[in-house]
Amino acid sequence: MNNTMAPGMKPLMREWTYLTPAEAIGRWLVWLAVVAATVWAVRSIDIIPEFLADAPEQMADLLVRMWPPDAAHYYPDVHAALIETLHIATLGTILSLFLAVPIALLAARNICRIPVLNVTAQLILVSSRSVNSLVWALIFVAVFGPGPAAGTFAIAFRSIGFVGKLLAEALEETAPGPLEALTAAGAPWGSLMLKGVWPQVQPAFWGIALFRWDINVRESAVLGLVGAGGIGVVLDDAINFFQWDRVATVLLAILAVVVVAEIVVTRIRSRLI
Amino acid sequence: MSATIAARDAFKPNWTARLGLIAVALYSLYAIGQLDISWARLSVGFGEAGRFLARMVPPNFARWELLLEGMIESLQIAVLATVLGIIISLPLGLMAARNLAPWWLSAPIRGVIAVCRSLHYVIVAILFVKAIGFGALAGVAALTVASMGFVAKLFAEAVEEISMKQVEAIRATGAGPGAVLLYGVLPQVASRFIGFSLYQLDSNLRNSTLVGIVGAGGIGGTLFAAFKRFDYDFVCAILLSIIALIFVAELVSGRIRAALR
Repeated sequence: MNNTMAPGMKPLMREWTYLTPAEAIGRWLVWLAVVAATVWAVRSIDIIPEFLADAPEQMADLLVRMWPPDAAHYYPDVHAALIETLHIATLGTILSLFLAVPIALLAARNICRIPVLNVTAQLILVSSRSVNSLVWALIFVAVFGPGPAAGTFAIAFRSIGFVGKLLAEALEETAPGPLEALTAAGAPWGSLMLKGVWPQVQPAFWGIALFRWDINVRESAVLGLVGAGGIGVVLDDAINFFQWDRVATVLLAILAVVVVAEIVVTRIRSRLI
Repeated sequence: MSATIAARDAFKPNWTARLGLIAVALYSLYAIGQLDISWARLSVGFGEAGRFLARMVPPNFARWELLLEGMIESLQIAVLATVLGIIISLPLGLMAARNLAPWWLSAPIRGVIAVCRSLHYVIVAILFVKAIGFGALAGVAALTVASMGFVAKLFAEAVEEISMKQVEAIRATGAGPGAVLLYGVLPQVASRFIGFSLYQLDSNLRNSTLVGIVGAGGIGGTLFAAFKRFDYDFVCAILLSIIALIFVAELVSGRIRAALR
């Protein structure tokens, strides 16, 4: 039956495959690379077997020492540190917004038409993002000395890259129409930005600011480990004295604040956007 | 005569926004007072910053063996944590998706994911350093927890957005739960899952350069030690290497993401 098929039907008998041979080989190569990287990492990483063997025991010991949390320790020490952490996160976010807006304007190719400035601004944003907030904290502790000032600046400088990048992307997506209309009406640069660009990026701006604040609340909780103020200082003290019940209190406090911050941000976002 | 049209003011002042700005300004002043940030301190600080920067240049690559060893260990931590995190996130994400799993399963799993995500990885690393001792393994464990929190959450959200038509079609052929997952659910989310995994590899690479600060392996320990010994030229070398590594990683993952699209 099949043999007597008309010659024109030949293409219909083609066997369909999901991937072309090149794609299939490419996928295998990717899988090979993943497996090779994993094997390499497992074989050459420094693992001390004795430590691994008693890990469950140590973990259980840790949990037993943590329970019950030392609730009496919460007020006033942990409470004050918690408030300080929130201040660091909020003030750092506000500062980063002020610093990031001009850099984002320079980085957006439709606002600033000078390529050299675009690249410079992108470079600033990338280096701000590549250095972790704890490393920024180390740097600012060296500059300002230990304390919340270092933490605030660390949070601000780490956030510039994040806010600036997202804001520059939002700026580049704005419609050129309102800007052209304002330019045609002879509006000065300030009015162009305020009435042509700002209304378009406003929702994105508030979204980015809230999102970053949420992240900053999390990050400012650990800055104290390197002496940059906030609840991390209390945590570090408790860990160094092996007061694990106090550690548990601090961890629960951090967890509560982070969850509350996330809920607040989600609420405000749904109302704003 | 036509009715008089009220003059429209297109640019009328937005009083709520102005009040909000004033509130933000007042809060900033209050917080600055609370955190004890004064102009005197800042100006001293900026002087110190100048000295600090002066001591950072030129970067000192003389101890490049130490640097390379730390970077490789960080890379290993990142790879292992990502692989482990992805392997664990796959079932967790499926179990947390409310359209596939019953509520008594999805609710507690969502709780676990939320806790993983809420605790900063450095804090988790401290706990693991206590539990499994100093070294890279604690870093791997800590970053695995962080990866679980992130990948599983996004994966669960992706699964919740799938079209149920294909799932129903596979079910209608009499397929068991395994086949439904394999042919009805996973093909719809696979590409997004790969995207999340790549992103997580990127961020694990960033974070693995840091967990060493609390003794969990990688370049972070070397960095922290150099800071403590005021070896700022070596600090500069380490920071430059980290930035270069992350920059390369971002380029590579950007290429891969573009190729996948």
